[in-house]
Amino acid sequence: MKQNNKQAHKFGMVIDLDKCTGCGSCMVACMSENNVPVKEDESDKKDSITWMRVYKLNNNKPFPETEICYLPRPCQHCSGKGDHGHSPCVSVCPATATDYDYSTGIVSQIYTRCFGCRYCMGACPYHARYFNWWDPKWPDGMESYLSPNVSPRMRGVVEKCSFCFHRYQLAKEQVYYDGEERIEDEAAYQTACTQACPAGAIVFGDLNNPDHQVTQIVKPNPHPEHDNHDVVGKSRNPKVFRLLERLGTNTKIYYMSERKWVRKLGDNYLDGEWEKADNHHGSSHG
Amino acid sequence: MFPFCFEWVWDAGHLLFFGGFWFAISILGAGMTWCILKALYETIYCDGSDNHH
Amino acid sequence: MDSALIPEGVKRCSFPKFFIGIAIVGAVVLWGVYGMLVCWLKGLNVTGMDDYYGFALWIWADLAVIALGGGAFFTGLLKYIFKVDELKNIINFVVILGFVCYASALLILAIDIGQPLRGWFIFWHANVHSMLTEVAFCLSCYFAVLTIEFIPNILENRQLDKVPFFHNLSHNMHGVMAIFAATGAFLSFFHQGSLGGVAGVLYGRPFAYREGLLVWPWTFFLFTWSAAAFGPCFSMVVLRITEAVTKKKLVKDNVIHLLAKISGWMITTYIIAKIIDTIYWATVTAPSMGLKMSFFFTGEGNGPYNYLILITEIFLCGVVPGLLLIVKSTRENPTTRLIAIILGAIGVSLNRWVMVLQVMAVPVMPFDKWALYMPTWPEIATTILPVAGGIIVISLAYRYLPVFPQEKELNEVTVE
Repeated sequence: MKQNNKQAHKFGMVIDLDKCTGCGSCMVACMSENNVPVKEDESDKKDSITWMRVYKLNNNKPFPETEICYLPRPCQHCSGKGDHGHSPCVSVCPATATDYDYSTGIVSQIYTRCFGCRYCMGACPYHARYFNWWDPKWPDGMESYLSPNVSPRMRGVVEKCSFCFHRYQLAKEQVYYDGEERIEDEAAYQTACTQACPAGAIVFGDLNNPDHQVTQIVKPNPHPEHDNHDVVGKSRNPKVFRLLERLGTNTKIYYMSERKWVRKLGDNYLDGEWEKADNHHGSSHG
Repeated sequence: MFPFCFEWVWDAGHLLFFGGFWFAISILGAGMTWCILKALYETIYCDGSDNHH
Repeated sequence: MDSALIPEGVKRCSFPKFFIGIAIVGAVVLWGVYGMLVCWLKGLNVTGMDDYYGFALWIWADLAVIALGGGAFFTGLLKYIFKVDELKNIINFVVILGFVCYASALLILAIDIGQPLRGWFIFWHANVHSMLTEVAFCLSCYFAVLTIEFIPNILENRQLDKVPFFHNLSHNMHGVMAIFAATGAFLSFFHQGSLGGVAGVLYGRPFAYREGLLVWPWTFFLFTWSAAAFGPCFSMVVLRITEAVTKKKLVKDNVIHLLAKISGWMITTYIIAKIIDTIYWATVTAPSMGLKMSFFFTGEGNGPYNYLILITEIFLCGVVPGLLLIVKSTRENPTTRLIAIILGAIGVSLNRWVMVLQVMAVPVMPFDKWALYMPTWPEIATTILPVAGGIIVISLAYRYLPVFPQEKELNEVTVE
């Protein structure tokens, strides 16, 4: 199953930024679900591990027009240029320690294979990859709360969001147990962040399954874009965008907002380009 | 690195990359082996006398 | 004290003087080794790196020493394949320099990785599509080539040469050196290039990303070309330092002039290609990703860099040394030649800096910030470590091995 096909899943997410309150529940849920260690001093965020990180954006306008938006950023699980599975990080890993799973669209990280060269971190424009600068440690007693389904990572390796892959494995086991062939039910496999979000801002599902809510919201275009053949899966919903879409990373995390300034912050534009892109998106698909 | 490593695939990428690698290693290995064996032969059978000056 | 080891017919300083010099540099080595042990035992949290700056001082030093050590493969190519015979008078020295540079690069890589004991995974579980895999394979193999090229010179030591087997081995290795040099040139082409590819393939990093030919981005070819062009500059700089320290002329001027001329033309052609590459990137590649060239340098007022770094790299340390070395009068004038080769060595190091550290600094997401990085003492100590180690290797080689065939002729010694 080298290429995406109809039998394969393509798990993805759409995050409604207008619903997100920046409460950080997704971050907490992610950390506890995935046995993310806690640093003694968490004040320096540049070397602490946050698989899911919430960014605070603003419209750069003075009071009273100031607006704030919170943007949760898990690993974007890029499909790479032309949707071929050559994610920026997967294609550069020298030891095959990170892999693109064509059957799920999930970018995995094999901790016991990684030797810590950090090339994948340099390749990722989203800073979704984290290095274990320290030995993993938890406050006394917290070890008892670690999940037995997720292996903790050792010092010196890279880790990142796995779309709670262990939950996918559990769901698959359940499906086989029930005598079915594949996961069809949207609720059977959900990530921890999705379930933890009190505002219901995160919708997770299979982008290849038209019955899933995420597909209905995103309406991904299965064909390459005319003006940039590297881009596949662009949303046909004018309010939906992906981060740095023009690079051709083809992420599977979509964001949604009614606010133009938020959508504009999703990518880099030269003078005048944004208005053109927004109008085009709005007129052709809106 | 070797065909028995599980990530080995018989594709053009692996054949070109490792073809080049094993080719270079073979040249270096064969070259050094030849130099050492010839030096041993000369040392043992040529009475250790200096043949090179 | 060690006069039996010193090549015949040349003069060396007294052993105590030599020992004191080595001891001073040795102290720096010990400091570096301490830094290295701190990194290995405590982990990379002792460095100034973070998740934004995962590639930092070490990777720059790695790329820089490999580029500077490029003189070895290029001079070997000229000497053994293109039969430029004059270069036999400098080849030993250039090989030793290359050996030092590549040994440094491998050592730095061993410190830089988070799990040093798993370093062999890059070979065993190789992902052949990664530029870093190509670097690791070709770098290690080429280090083996340099070792092979260095061995005959070691075996020519006065005492070792008396052992018939070593004498014969050294002679035989000289006999087939062209084959080793050709293999070395093949490997160097790929690892110098793939080091350029390491940055060029990063399509998520618009500052580094370049289009290219088949699987190789343009930086692949630019890195190989620049290493061949600037490597000899560094060889000449170190030779000049060696001559200054030993207060002797070690290589005849005609050899230096020839190497300088070749280097000059290589630099000039390289810099033309680099200018074209920069213009194409600035006017086509970066704008296609929605970014203006000014953003990468001035950061619209927020960035730590400015255009000065680009001007310094391309004009001051590229065009200027190129021209100084291709014009006969400036090439043959020791002062202007020295200026040119120093500028050249700085230029290629600066290029590697830009392709590693500036790449990491530039934010890609519009709401992200410029990343800043400051190395810590273990990083600085371990970066200086190979430099100090290199000084010791070169000093030992100069003292005990017949490195410079013309030394005797250029410095007649009156036997006391």
